[in-house]
This record gives sequence, structure tokens and C-alpha cells, in this order.
Amino acid sequence: MIISEQKPLAELGEMVAPFQRFFLIGCGACATVCKSGGEEQVFLLQEWLTEQDKEVTGSMVIDEACHLLRAGRDLRHHQAAVYEADVLLVLACGGGVQSISSQTEQRVIGGLNSLFLGNVRRFGQYEERCSLCGDCLLNETAGICPVTRCPKGLLNGPCGGMQDGSCEVDPDLECAWRLIYERLQRQKRSGVFARRVPAKAWGRRRRPGRHRLKTGEH
Amino acid sequence: MTVVGSRLAKQLSAGHFTVTAEVAPPRGTDVAGVLEQARRLQGVTAINVTDNQGANMRLSALALAAMLQAEGLETVLQMTCRDRNRMALQSDLLGAAAFGIRNLLLLSGDHARFGDHPDARSVFDLDSVQLLDMVTELMDGRNMAGKPLQGVPDFFPGAAVNPLAEPFELMFQKVRKKVDCGARFFQTQAVFDRAGLERFNSEAKPLGVPVLVGVLLLRNAAMARFVNANIPGVKVPKQIVSRLEKAGDPLAEGVAIAREVVSWARCHCQGVHLMTLGHEDRIPAILSS
Repeated sequence: MIISEQKPLAELGEMVAPFQRFFLIGCGACATVCKSGGEEQVFLLQEWLTEQDKEVTGSMVIDEACHLLRAGRDLRHHQAAVYEADVLLVLACGGGVQSISSQTEQRVIGGLNSLFLGNVRRFGQYEERCSLCGDCLLNETAGICPVTRCPKGLLNGPCGGMQDGSCEVDPDLECAWRLIYERLQRQKRSGVFARRVPAKAWGRRRRPGRHRLKTGEH
Repeated sequence: MTVVGSRLAKQLSAGHFTVTAEVAPPRGTDVAGVLEQARRLQGVTAINVTDNQGANMRLSALALAAMLQAEGLETVLQMTCRDRNRMALQSDLLGAAAFGIRNLLLLSGDHARFGDHPDARSVFDLDSVQLLDMVTELMDGRNMAGKPLQGVPDFFPGAAVNPLAEPFELMFQKVRKKVDCGARFFQTQAVFDRAGLERFNSEAKPLGVPVLVGVLLLRNAAMARFVNANIPGVKVPKQIVSRLEKAGDPLAEGVAIAREVVSWARCHCQGVHLMTLGHEDRIPAILSS
């Protein structure tokens, strides 16, 4: 899931100041779960704008704002209200904002900051476990990703800052390499420690990413 | 400029007890002070030049090392993976070789979060093991892309280790990798624990790679506490902190503590790496047995 949070109100205030009429868009997927861009947040945003004597021409929550064509279809359904507004205020991740901006010439304001691809610990607690590097090492690292969970992304073991098994960047964080080491020991295998890991093929992480499912090859 | 062989390499291979020290480039273009500081370093075989140490932006280590080499002072150029990708690392290393720099200390580097540019994007395209591997490849006449070099550098590559890190075996597997990748010497993080150092050394000795023990001159108890709170991987034990607290002349006590570490190193290791942070005049006292 894409973890996102609302921009600070002060910042939002500055962004909406030059405009009078707003059309609000939320996302029914990740931003709803993160409570940053669901029905409830769209409603609260509407109230906040109204308090400032702004006008809300309409609102919608798209099932998945990252779906380019669905975003376009939903915008068409609300065409009148969309074009009545000076600006569209979108509570979705950066992907969602760009689905919207790619489907209309209307000006778009994104109201969230997108943080990371997150695992859910419990509601409101998210942890980054994968950084989508395109070159997965997990099978050798006992299912613990050093690229993501080591702040330096080191591939051959811990740095000199590991202290009593904790991370130098944040002592509350366990050293990812310690976790990998201990887990591999419990599994009685050497895993990634059996070899020198060469420099990572960052070329596999093409930016911008583009992926087409190849059908019929399996 | 005459390119000479590494004195550090010769001393270490001859089995002589060897001393290195370090200087940090200034935050700005005025190098007069640091050049003077380097000239004052006595009894030192080579001078490490730190690379944006502690993730604080300073004048280029390569530039300062080149200036020191031009004065006939032998340097150990420190190079971290934090600020450069593999292309920048390779081109800086070739540049260093062209300036006559032979000794390298190849590091991962402190995370940018510690320094004065916490919003900088840390690179870490390579880690220290991969960096050593790359240097070995350059010395074999190829770059990381496998392309032949016009003029091949002759480095004496070194690596860092925190000999007191736990879990020990986890730390030590990386030491082995560094040796496999061409580390010819180690400089350790500052050490204040004799038993820990002895343990490390008994494991490291069979690898046959000389170890220079990190010796940090503590000015006073406040500095010791600062180190404990802020320097990753360095631990000043309680009894050392309290010795500094009780001392009438804390700097003299710091010198005495440093001298003790040097004496452990004389028993077990091939040398010391002195971090005196502006008190270079105390080096003869630290080294006197």
C-alpha cells in the first residue's frame, strides 16, 4: 500500500488561498486506509474550505485514483462541477494526483505527501519493507530486505556504526544485517553471507517505470 | 610531481610499528591552517585526509590530499560511498592516482542524517566491500564497466573496522570480505577496551593484514560523553570517563589514556592511527613508551 499523509494545514492554506471554487477528489484505496484521502477526509476538507468562505462545487472518491482511465471516466461523470471549479484539490498519492492531472486540463492541487510503499502493522502504523529496487535479494537474506531496512542499503553486512546490534541512524531500529544474520543462523544456512554481493544493478530500476504484462508466455 | 611508492606499504610490510594521523579539510577555502597542522605531525608515516567527516561538508579531501602530497607529505585519502556514485568514485580515484596519492581508506561513510546537510540524498551506490573490489579492478587495469584504463593506478587500499562491534561474527565476516576484496591494511575505529581489542586481534592475525588501532585523544570528560552520545560505533567505558572527570589536568589524563592504548597496540598490532583533533603537539607524548 502507498502510505500518504496530508500536507500541514498551514501549507494547504497557502495553496488554496488564491482560489475560490474547489472540486474535491479522494481515493478509495490506499489514501482511504491511511485516513489521508477517504470519504471522511474529503468531508473534513470541504468543511475547512467552507469555513474560509470558499465554495466547493462538488466532490468524489475514486475507487482507485491510480487507475488512469477510471479517473478520466469519473471526472467526466462530474464534468459540470469539475469545470465550475477554479481548481481540483486531490487527496491521493502522487500517482493518483497524476491520474487526475493527465485526464483534465483543469488545474490540480495535491493535498498529500506520499511517503513509501508500506506494510501495515496495525491501523495507523506502517512500515517500509520494500523499496521496489527491481533486483530482489530476499531469497538470500532470510526474507529481510537490506536495501530498504538498512538506511544505507548496504549489501555485504553491517556498517561500522552498528552498536550492540542497533542501527547508527536510529538506536531504536534494529540493524537489518543483525536481523538477517540471526534469522539465517536459526535457519541453519549461510544465505547471502556465502558470497560477496557485487554492486547492485540499479539499471533494472528504470525511471520512469513502465511495465507491460507479457501474456501467453507461461 | 614525482610519484613515489607508498611509504606506508613499505613500513607495514617490513613489520615496523607504524603511526598514522589525520587531518580534516576546512569548511571553506583557507587551507593554511590545516597545511600547518599537517606539517607539525611528527613521527607519522602517513596522514589520513577525512572525507566530509561525520557527514559535514568540507573542502574536497582529494584536493587537500593532493596539496599535502605536493609538499612531500604522504597521505591516506579517505573515500566514502555516501556522496558519490560508482562513476564519481572511479573518476576521483583516478584523479587521486594522477596526483600521486597511493594510500586509500575506503569507507561506507556516516549517514547524511548525522551531519550538517541532513536533507542531502545519501548515495550508497556501492558499499565499502564493493568499493574495495572496484579499486582492485582499477589496479588490474579495468574500470567497473570492464573497459581498459589508459594508465593504471597503483594503490595501497585500506579499510576500516570497528573491532568491538557486536555481534562479533557478523562484523568479522565483513572483515574477511574486505580482505578478499583487496584490503591491505585496516585502521580501526577508536578503541578503549583492551579485552575487545585482543579478541579482535586474535581473529584478525591469521588474515595477515596489518591493523592500525584507532587512538582518540580525549580532551576531557565532556568530550568522552559527547563521543558516547554522537559517534557511531565508539564507546568510552565508564571508568575512563570517570578518570577524566577526576583528573586535575584532563588533557594530560587523556594523553595518558591514549598512551595506554598505544601500548596495547604495540603488544598486539602493527601500529596506531592517531586522532588528536588539534592537539598534534601531544603526539610525541602519546607515542612515548
